[in-house]
Amino acid sequence: MLEHLINGLVLGGTYALVAMGLSLQYGIARIMNLSFGDTIIAACFATYILFSSFGINPIVALAIILPASYIVSLGVYRLMMEPLVKRAPDEGALEVDSILLTFGLLFVIQGCLLVIFGGGYISYSFMNTPVSVLGTLVSGNRLLALVLSLAIGAALVIVLYRTRWGMILRAVALAPKSAPLFGIDTDKAARMAFAIGGTMAATGGVVVSMFQTFTATTGVVFTMKALIVVILGGKGSVPGAIVAGLLLGLVETFVAAYIDPGLTLASVYTVFLLLLLVRPNGLFGKA
Amino acid sequence: MKNFLSGAMRAPRHLATCAVAALAITGSATGLAAQDREAVTIGYAISKSGPNAGGADMTVTPNYELWIEEVNAAGGLKMPDGTRLPIEAIAYDDRSSTEDVVRAIERLATQDKVDLILPPWGTGFNLAIAPLMAKFGYPHLAGAAVTDKASDFVERWESSFWFMGGSHDYVSAFTEILVAEREAGRINDKISMVSVADGFGIDLVKAARPSFEEAGFDIVYDKTFPPETSDFATIVSEASNSEADTFVAFTYPPHSFGLTKQAKVASFNPEIFYLGVGAGFPVYPNIAGGSVEGVMSLGGIDPNNELNSAYRAKHEEIIGRAPDYWGSVLIYASLQMLEQAIERVGLDKEAITAEISTGTFATVLGEETRLENNQLRAINWVGQWQDGAFVAVSPEGSEGLAAVQLPKPNWD
Repeated sequence: MLEHLINGLVLGGTYALVAMGLSLQYGIARIMNLSFGDTIIAACFATYILFSSFGINPIVALAIILPASYIVSLGVYRLMMEPLVKRAPDEGALEVDSILLTFGLLFVIQGCLLVIFGGGYISYSFMNTPVSVLGTLVSGNRLLALVLSLAIGAALVIVLYRTRWGMILRAVALAPKSAPLFGIDTDKAARMAFAIGGTMAATGGVVVSMFQTFTATTGVVFTMKALIVVILGGKGSVPGAIVAGLLLGLVETFVAAYIDPGLTLASVYTVFLLLLLVRPNGLFGKA
Repeated sequence: MKNFLSGAMRAPRHLATCAVAALAITGSATGLAAQDREAVTIGYAISKSGPNAGGADMTVTPNYELWIEEVNAAGGLKMPDGTRLPIEAIAYDDRSSTEDVVRAIERLATQDKVDLILPPWGTGFNLAIAPLMAKFGYPHLAGAAVTDKASDFVERWESSFWFMGGSHDYVSAFTEILVAEREAGRINDKISMVSVADGFGIDLVKAARPSFEEAGFDIVYDKTFPPETSDFATIVSEASNSEADTFVAFTYPPHSFGLTKQAKVASFNPEIFYLGVGAGFPVYPNIAGGSVEGVMSLGGIDPNNELNSAYRAKHEEIIGRAPDYWGSVLIYASLQMLEQAIERVGLDKEAITAEISTGTFATVLGEETRLENNQLRAINWVGQWQDGAFVAVSPEGSEGLAAVQLPKPNWD
């Protein structure tokens, strides 16, 4: 029982880590980023190359990949998203436009990765060492994902709810039309939220690459999972993403242990469906 | 011509149809007088993107590229009259979709009018194109396809050849080893088994259940999981609680890698640890992060076979990485057979089919490789990691097969 609880939390930590960035991008910048998973995969490849070709430890690689991904995300926003934001008459239109654009971006990223790295399976071993948590052996790299997601989540919550800058971001998320009336630069807030979201995708990618086998085309799997977590948790809600991520991890693990590993996916979608029926805006979402 | 017309009927625009038909007529007219041709066009559709890209990129595509490069470096394909014609390759990406692979084969046959078509990766994909290949009369050298129904298929599609055996072959060879180990008192009669709920996993587990049970084994843990699964903590912990000495997993590479990592973390070290696709990849020890001694899977090679060693060296030299230890060499052998058949009978598709069916060839598998009922049977069914190589094994060892070494030692 305890063993499954721990395994479930560790698995959920990965989901939460991967989903928080999408939640920020969707909630604050209002960009429904379908290329989110491919950003994760790009970071996976970057980590793999730094590790296997240059011998750079993936933890150290974070110091290179995170600033790089922030800059790249900022560039993507400036170059591609900003024109959409400027011409979109309302939120709904921006959402549709951003879905179309990022759907295209997905294939661009995927195509580039395919050309550079080919379609083969990539996997390497790092921190695959057993760590005992209350008597359950979990792998170090997965535990790192849980710890990172909790730490980043906590930091984000503090920033969002305890700082002036966080308040600005929340204002933009809550009332994008009224925020400028208070002298808030909504463009800047959205830009930064998008870039921070991209950076968090990269963080997820670096950590996930340590334990998960990936190919140039597996990004969509991450996008799907992150999307479920974001909608389940309530869009834009960081605590929501963490709770929903951990919940999914627990559901999957308990179903695999007590019912059947074949039903893990079905159980995820059942939980998704039930929760949406009860709370259409997600666990922490506002109407 | 009838075939061509029925294919063209489906073309959306009449103008295009007319244009293609006109081209086809002129094409076939000159095709007859092809003695002074300058090249042999060989087409293939392969998964370069999508979920199948990983498998295709390991086992099939590199061998096509290697073979074409080797042939062209030697001046081209040798014809019966001694002249050599270089290969011009046309490759399409089927994007891991069976609809696309069928469309691409149709295109290769009717529009590109290639001389020969090489098959795609995967059992389902080969079955999808088999009727087309037969219809257009191309020899179909189904390499990366595991099927128990090959004997039926060769009757339905006479130009089809099957190079990778069937699930029963792999499972019964493995069961033999299990029985021998149980008789030697090294394992108990319990098996824990998981499989991926997708093509390969379903086929193998369907063959394995009756095979294990007939041999008197008790399958105490028998679960399937969806292909998207990436976390194996629960499965490994349930399997290790099952008291079975034998762990069998019919899996694709991501699962094989994930299970290995999790088994190391959880110190799950059953007497027999058998995985599906991926455990025979040369990168597997690297991915596992250290020793994989004793891990078993499908395939395996004979490390003392010089032909095979030369092939592996050449593959590494030209492609830049080593081939896998299961399907690669079979694919390459099928290409060698095709090459030698052309050298004997020329480019007539029917003659090539007949020659491959009945001829004897010198391939990487041996000096005298021949097919039985259009199927390659000289396949290594079970392999095991021994001293850093994935070698083909049998219970006692024999010609070309090492003796299996069990129980599996500890991870590291």
